[in-house]
Amino acid sequence: MFDTLSLSMLQHYWWIIISLVAGILVFLLFVQGGQTLIFSIAKTEIEQTLLINSLGRKWEFTFTTLVVFGGGFFASFPLFYSTSFGGAYWLWMSILFSFIIQAIAYEYRSKPGNFLGKRTYEIFLIINGTLGTFLLGVAVSTFFTGSMFSIDLKNITNSSSTAISRWESSGHGFEALLNLRNLLFGIMVLLLSRVLGLLYFINNIKDETLIKRSRNQLLLNAVLFVILFLASVMGLFFAEGYAYMPDSKLIFLEKYKYFTNLTDMPLIGIFFLTGVVFVLYGIASTLFSKTIKGIWFSGIGTILTVFALFLDAGFNNTAFYPSSFDYQSSITIENSSSSLYTLTTMSYVSILVPFVGAYIAYTWNLINNKQLDANDLNNEGHLY
Amino acid sequence: MDINLVDWSRGQFALTAIYHWLFVPLTLGLGFIVAFMESMYVRTNNPEWKRITKFWMTLFGINFAIGIATGIILEFEFGTNWSNYSWFVGDIFGAPLAIEGIMAFFLESTFIAVMFFGWNKVSRNFHLLSTWLVAIGASLSALWILVANAWMQFPAGMHFNPDTARNEMINFWEILFSPVAVNKFLHTITSGFVLASVFVAGISAWYLLKKRETFLATRSIIIASVFGLISSLYLAFTGDISAKMVAQKQPMKLAAMEGFYEGGTNVPLKLFGIVWGKDTSEYKLPNLVMKVELPNGLSLLAYDNKNAFIPGIKDLLNGNSKYGIISAKEKIERGKVARQTLRDLKDAYQLKDSTKYFQLKEQFMNPDFQKNYFAYFGYAFIDNPKGLIPNIPITVYSFHGMVLLGLYFILFFIVLLWLSMKNILFKQKFILWIVVLSIPLPYIASQAGWILAEVGRQPWVIQDYLPTVAAVSQISASSVQITFWLFAILFTVLLIAEIKIMIKQIKVGPENS
Repeated sequence: MFDTLSLSMLQHYWWIIISLVAGILVFLLFVQGGQTLIFSIAKTEIEQTLLINSLGRKWEFTFTTLVVFGGGFFASFPLFYSTSFGGAYWLWMSILFSFIIQAIAYEYRSKPGNFLGKRTYEIFLIINGTLGTFLLGVAVSTFFTGSMFSIDLKNITNSSSTAISRWESSGHGFEALLNLRNLLFGIMVLLLSRVLGLLYFINNIKDETLIKRSRNQLLLNAVLFVILFLASVMGLFFAEGYAYMPDSKLIFLEKYKYFTNLTDMPLIGIFFLTGVVFVLYGIASTLFSKTIKGIWFSGIGTILTVFALFLDAGFNNTAFYPSSFDYQSSITIENSSSSLYTLTTMSYVSILVPFVGAYIAYTWNLINNKQLDANDLNNEGHLY
Repeated sequence: MDINLVDWSRGQFALTAIYHWLFVPLTLGLGFIVAFMESMYVRTNNPEWKRITKFWMTLFGINFAIGIATGIILEFEFGTNWSNYSWFVGDIFGAPLAIEGIMAFFLESTFIAVMFFGWNKVSRNFHLLSTWLVAIGASLSALWILVANAWMQFPAGMHFNPDTARNEMINFWEILFSPVAVNKFLHTITSGFVLASVFVAGISAWYLLKKRETFLATRSIIIASVFGLISSLYLAFTGDISAKMVAQKQPMKLAAMEGFYEGGTNVPLKLFGIVWGKDTSEYKLPNLVMKVELPNGLSLLAYDNKNAFIPGIKDLLNGNSKYGIISAKEKIERGKVARQTLRDLKDAYQLKDSTKYFQLKEQFMNPDFQKNYFAYFGYAFIDNPKGLIPNIPITVYSFHGMVLLGLYFILFFIVLLWLSMKNILFKQKFILWIVVLSIPLPYIASQAGWILAEVGRQPWVIQDYLPTVAAVSQISASSVQITFWLFAILFTVLLIAEIKIMIKQIKVGPENS
């Protein structure tokens, strides 16, 4: 089936998969967004425990999706993996630290013998929710704004200083924080995760007080999110993008590249617009009616929007990880991918993805078929 | 080369891997033990089995969480600290990692939620299925990363592409079913089964000493003993195959772990020895004293033939023409030829000198050149043949420690099973204390196994193709030092938290699990 596909087709296929995983990851950041709200929405210990246990049934999905996102990049576009992770060292390490402390926080928070105390683990959750989402947003933003690196494959033949990819900024990733567009994008992702977290609480928790406070918080967070989203999108569409010549592969700056990509590839443009409409509808319907299904509209909308943005970054002769230091070192889906054989082999494995999605959906429904209330905490036998 | 950077990067990877491996083996084994206990509950409908299952499941959860926390960093460290490595072998190494995520991690993370929160929400059979799927998912996770690790020890199913300056996969099945990969997987997961069995037996023995939870303790000990005995016997079997693999694929590692310097036939196996002082050779190799040797043992272990020749470290460094062993200096020279040819080829490409480029490419891809020169590519980065010797004291002690403990576990489970079957174990306070105090031993053996595998293959990241000095990222040593200490502090605090929670949970017992 995949054996007949050309290298270029497989590169596009794998970029679609990476983009889809990115979309799902951003949707699942509702867990992180929810974590940032455990003190502002919950006022009592029982309320906090209810929120944490509601999120606790889903945190592993976000975590696993992040791991798959990294592994998928390593397998399909290893030059990005080696350049970005090895170069933007401090940015990625900070993200990873914030996820390490999340992983134990749920399980250990309420266990007897917990010498760090409940509050420590709750602070871990807030750090992960705030820093993790913000820095992930900043990292993704560099897909459009560029980073300071150079690549020379010949370096492997040096007798010393053999690194193929070199980061040309001493900030090793932290310099991305000095770019206003990156900062806005990071805050926008944080606000989106909070909006999604609130929509998830409204959907999953059966507690009138918590729902009321969630709806109140939703308005403020949604307004701020929409403002920053519009600012980020405007910044993106009006900015110069990193394009390359299809034949010579020469990389150059092109005006309105990320906007013209959407008009050149109208299907992706439709995905983007549909996604935005779905996100807004999910928010608006929750704010102005009593529905609890807003998370599904906004969730699907988030997946579609992020999916479209990643395709925008990588398709139509665009460098998805541009170098502002040396344009010709910019990373494209063509110059960074695995070989034809590896992409073909992994494509067969990717057939499993719908099956994995199906059993996740099935078990999600089993566990979330009923809203969670305080009584459930005592009856389920496992408490976070 | 910034050796300081390489050492700190190695140190950081070792630190995070050691911490991660403190928790993974218990997850691997306890997952199956819990699944078996739940099967007993579903089969007998006895609520005591449900109570037992939930108790061990709680301990499983505590351990699982910190295993995940310490694991995420390992995947990304390939990129953050070993960026050259990530490109050089990403075409091969990345695939198992991605498959691991799709096939195994989602299986675990999806069904663990059902396992913990589904008791009142799904049918008993579906819950049991979920528990089994978590156990299988954990082992599948181990499969893919071990396949990747085995490939680093014994590269197979690939070729080098000079245009992309990296190794590329040409046969997935050769990588997946390489004898080193298959054996490494079986050996490693059974070591996890043994560790979990000792853990379960040890905690159960503590309950018997305290005269608490007798039903839980006696049933758990029987299950752990049977599972542990079968696993420890199989562990010894796969360990024997591992030694043969090392002899064939990584003779320097074999020579180092046995402290064996002058090659020969009818080589004895050192069962014990203390590293003391250094010899007078140019390599200043450490002496082994107070040796306990098994005649012909190493020749038999490596090749099932007591007359088999085993090369010593000096044969591997100086060469041995009688047995067709090339000297290290010669390998370094050949590696440099391969590296220079690749450099010339890249230059020709950049200068658009197509005649020279195609000529060099043809030369580079010639099977003879690949076999006689490119096969030693990694040696080009080695300055001194002495740099090819792994740390001998560490490999010797980790090998001997692992083997002796492996033999102890077989005896341990035989005695435990026999006393349990006779129903007299609860009277044997001395034995019960030994069982409790044995809990740390499989952790030591398991760590020793990994230390042997990883320290023993130094200086290589990819055997013969890429040494650590050429694999490291271009970052400052001080950056890695900072993250090293951050990991050391964070993981140590989390380890203390985990142990305290685990001990408290055991003291509380199944009522509040």
